[in-house]
Amino acid sequence: MYATNYHRASSLSEAEQMLAAAEEGKLLSGGQTLIPTMKQRLAAPTDVVDLRHVAELKGISVSGGVVKIGAGTTHAEVAGSADIQSACPALAGLASHIGDPHVRHMGTIGGSIANNDPAADYPSAMLALNATIHTNKREIAADDFFVGMFETALGDDEIVTAVSFEAPDSAAYQKFPNPASRYAMAGVFVAKKGGTVRVGVTGAGSDGVYRASDMEQALSGSFSPDALDGVSVDPGGMLSDIHGTAEYRAHLVKVMAKRAVAAA
Amino acid sequence: MGVAEGIGARVARKEDRRFITGKGRYTDDMNVVGMKHAIFVRSPHAHARIKGIDKSEALAVEGVIDVLDGDQLAADGIGNLICGWMIHSRDGSPMKMGDWRPLAGDTVRYVGEAVVIVVAETKAIAREAAEKVVIDYEELDAVTDLVTAVEPGAPQIHPVAENNLVFDWTIGDETAVEEAISDAAHIVELEVSNNRLIPNAMEPRATLGHYDPGEDHYTCWTTSQNPHVARLVMSAFYNVAPENKLRVIAPDVGGGFGSKIFIYPEEIVCLWASKRTGVPVKWVADRTESFMTDAHGRDHLSTIKIALDANKKITAFKIDTLANLGAYMSLFSSSVPTYLYATLLSGQYDIPNIFANVRTVYTNTTPVDAYRGAGRPEASYLVERAMETAARQLDMDPAELRRINFVKTFPHETPVIMTYDAGDFEASLDVAMEAADYAGFPARKAEAEARGKLRGIGFNCYIEACGIAPSKAVGSLGAGVGLWESAEVRVNAVGTIEVLTGSHSHGQGHETTFAQLVAERLGVGLDSISIVHGDTDKVQMGMGTYGSRSGAVGMSAIAGALDKVEAKAKKVAAHLLEADESDIVIENGEVKVAGTDKKLAWHEVSLACYTAHNLPDGMEPGLKETSFYDPSNFTFPAGCYICEVEVDPDTGTTQIIQFVAADDFGNIINPMIVEGQVHGGVAQGIGQAMLEGCAYDPESGQLLTASYMDYAMPRAHDLPSFNVLTTTTPCPSNPLGIKGCGEAGAIGSPGALINAITDAIGNNDLSMPATPQNVWAALNAK
Amino acid sequence: MASISMTVNGRTVSGEAEDRTLLVEFLRSNLALTGTHVGCDTSQCGACVVHVDGKAVKSCTMLAAQASGSSVTTIEGLANGDVLHPVQKAFHENHGLQCGFCTPGMIMAAVDMIERHGGDLDEATVRSELEGNICRCTGYHNIVKSILAAAAEIGGARQAAE
Repeated sequence: MYATNYHRASSLSEAEQMLAAAEEGKLLSGGQTLIPTMKQRLAAPTDVVDLRHVAELKGISVSGGVVKIGAGTTHAEVAGSADIQSACPALAGLASHIGDPHVRHMGTIGGSIANNDPAADYPSAMLALNATIHTNKREIAADDFFVGMFETALGDDEIVTAVSFEAPDSAAYQKFPNPASRYAMAGVFVAKKGGTVRVGVTGAGSDGVYRASDMEQALSGSFSPDALDGVSVDPGGMLSDIHGTAEYRAHLVKVMAKRAVAAA
Repeated sequence: MGVAEGIGARVARKEDRRFITGKGRYTDDMNVVGMKHAIFVRSPHAHARIKGIDKSEALAVEGVIDVLDGDQLAADGIGNLICGWMIHSRDGSPMKMGDWRPLAGDTVRYVGEAVVIVVAETKAIAREAAEKVVIDYEELDAVTDLVTAVEPGAPQIHPVAENNLVFDWTIGDETAVEEAISDAAHIVELEVSNNRLIPNAMEPRATLGHYDPGEDHYTCWTTSQNPHVARLVMSAFYNVAPENKLRVIAPDVGGGFGSKIFIYPEEIVCLWASKRTGVPVKWVADRTESFMTDAHGRDHLSTIKIALDANKKITAFKIDTLANLGAYMSLFSSSVPTYLYATLLSGQYDIPNIFANVRTVYTNTTPVDAYRGAGRPEASYLVERAMETAARQLDMDPAELRRINFVKTFPHETPVIMTYDAGDFEASLDVAMEAADYAGFPARKAEAEARGKLRGIGFNCYIEACGIAPSKAVGSLGAGVGLWESAEVRVNAVGTIEVLTGSHSHGQGHETTFAQLVAERLGVGLDSISIVHGDTDKVQMGMGTYGSRSGAVGMSAIAGALDKVEAKAKKVAAHLLEADESDIVIENGEVKVAGTDKKLAWHEVSLACYTAHNLPDGMEPGLKETSFYDPSNFTFPAGCYICEVEVDPDTGTTQIIQFVAADDFGNIINPMIVEGQVHGGVAQGIGQAMLEGCAYDPESGQLLTASYMDYAMPRAHDLPSFNVLTTTTPCPSNPLGIKGCGEAGAIGSPGALINAITDAIGNNDLSMPATPQNVWAALNAK
Repeated sequence: MASISMTVNGRTVSGEAEDRTLLVEFLRSNLALTGTHVGCDTSQCGACVVHVDGKAVKSCTMLAAQASGSSVTTIEGLANGDVLHPVQKAFHENHGLQCGFCTPGMIMAAVDMIERHGGDLDEATVRSELEGNICRCTGYHNIVKSILAAAAEIGGARQAAE
């Protein structure tokens, strides 16, 4: 790891100031991606601003069918939250299978979506749940937030503070893990709200997380696994590596989607 | 079993306490005053010429002690790394060993090859300075694949090895095999690849080199399975220091699996750098360095042709193998695809004619050497995939084809120079089939089919050879060392005992099993027995631990020393008790006159030896004996593994439903430890079969699987609990009847897995690792 | 340089370290607690697992400065004097370790797992919960057995206390 300066923020405004004062600052939430990246010398921020002690970023609330999760909420807290388990069990289930127990104790939802790793789990849920991403500056619809691999709509001085979404009528997430890294090689989050079905796909697409609109269309007509039989996934838009060819990933996306619908 | 903590007892391990309380002492835990830290600058290219090295910027970094390169190393007379087993090609020419400098000379030949060492106050400073070493490379074409490497026009890796061929070696009678093939009623042919693996002991390699100018003496702490061999080789071949000026200590070592047998550049360079810089130098590998520089395993491509007569009796095997040795010949690399492989190609079967041709090749990849099983997994996988394929083609039950061909009488001489001394192959097959409820498989398959899943079952009846010996024989086959083992049993005046062994424990539990042998023989408690190993200053010359040899060879040496201790103790007791020596027995910590109540406590005898007030005339004081044991033959562990799997046709995911291992290890000292060895070996075999596949980019020669992000290590949920059983035919070739158990699991399991998966999917064309993608592709290629 | 102070195994410790110092480096180098190991560079092997404020974390993926002010338990702090923790005891009795290198992380992960699940652990759950801990020696068979045995013992002790 290259040398860096550590700052611990105790409030959002302090974090903003610390970030603004840094030459090339990075926000450190759970650190489960940033620190490994810094260890590999692939990231070299001059300063890191630790958000773990910012109270404003904590907490889960459900009211009037709207779920709001503070950006600093860990995967373990989301997985273990009775409120989330009741309002959106699919999201609790997703969180309970991110990384491993130790990673889940540190990693946060805000960190995950701000990083937008193409194989991360949460972004698919945010898209499918039509979530709103709250920052210190504005609110951004998930559809506008995830721009591409490791790219989001966030500005340099922008901090994710929370995500919110209306609890779906039903939802499910199915992931096929990479045999080595255990990250999603194809992860599909399906959510149904009224007559609308949204499908978020992670791990597979060559531009990162995306919405499978043809699947959404098919499922809006009939929310059943069979409804996807006629949908084909184009390998042309898929990642391809030693673990999975584009054809295999395209196939897995469909299998995971059908399984998610069956489980929802 | 005469003693509660003796042979056969499931004693919990004596060494556990330090490990479960965080008090283990591994090489990276060692610190000495004034110690500095090293980082190696490594080649980023698979093949390149070094045109120049500019160290000036690195040397200017504050906190840097020195930056040293291969020219300085060569100028100081440090020698090249060598392969210690000479193999001759079929034309009589010796193997073509290319130069391998501990720090590269004018050419680098694989990604990760050490070029420069940076020594600095901290590891972080060394790393920063390492980035400032400017090396001017002229890139050359690279080749990583063993087939491409021997094709005309392939990049040439070593001037000495034309067409990258290291040797072209044969064993067996080719003419007789060809005759048998032309007379055969059935011929079965198969091509099999054995995937390249990266060992991944959980403790990364590490070394601490310390030169003491006052004594002109070197100390090397290192992650080694055989510290004495390390000292011998560093002294005799690498010219680091004479043996009496070099102490090698292998403290707690976190797993080896073969990868820590070899002497690597880093040990040599850190010792040399310590003298050059005047400071102790420590280096600890990152995991990615381990992936790039620990000797890899396997990487064979073979074809086999089986000839059978009308009664389904095999009359011949003809085998052709290409083996990838990587960029350089590692210490025992030549022995793995030859004497550790081709000599086991008879499997458990009575086959009159076998011929094998093995060609080994250089590629621009990490050197390949012994990895758990070393040659024997390649042999067993080839033979057992072929047996299953033959059974399928002949429409026979695979168990039945094996039964028809089993060796049934012992000793049995194979056409590939082995003499199987004992075994009962039908017994292990029967035990395994019963445990796996083979008879109930069709019903289970039907039930799975009803759920849309594909069930399969596969066998692997393996045989291997351990305790490679005798030294005279291996010497005649090209080995550069003898393969005996030594032990010293020191009985202290108060009766406590130290056993100094040349074997090295890096997880095998020697501190317990070796003590159990002593307890069995002398009847003293385990607490009063200490096992000392891993330090050349403490322990007499020994050969270390690999090839499942520590039980069969290492403990036999201890037994030999105990014989001498007992003989002397009996003489002393007979003298003190005024009895005849032949009437003395040692039991339960007492030395008794049989049939009387006359006896001495064990410590009374040992004390008498050291006070020497009343010893028989002419007897030397003390009670300490040494034995060097050279076995009379290899040992032959064998067994039957059965695996049942269920494949999800939608994703290609394979779930292991059950894994049964029925092994014949001869006599067993501690069943709990032996079972643990099988569990670990089977897990590594399953890893090879389903998960692990080292991959290089064929164009650039970059290692694509250089971290756990891309190299799939078996995790707990990839594996089932195992059903581990044993049958026993004691080994007649050593005094304890032990065969060895360390590698069997890794040898016998891959074939069982792939036979099961191919059975499930109905397509025999499936390579390891059978990842979900590969299984899915095979399912859809039918 | 960061001034770091934390409670480690019940003892208040403080020291100076570069801001980039990882918690595992601080434990091993500054505090000479070498029971916590480093087995990979990518936060996957789990040899470095310790408890920070009662939760299992990877000490190779946390800065020492992040842990400043926290309470840290390492493998060295698990036993009560000479009395082994039930998980340590179970690993010993069930041969849940061979080379011992992954063992500290395994044991710390197991203690955390049992605390979170109480006595409610089965083989499949244990295997799934071991996602972040790699062992190359045991094939996990006896590790799983050890954790189930410890969970049963701890669960039984809890029941008896209630």
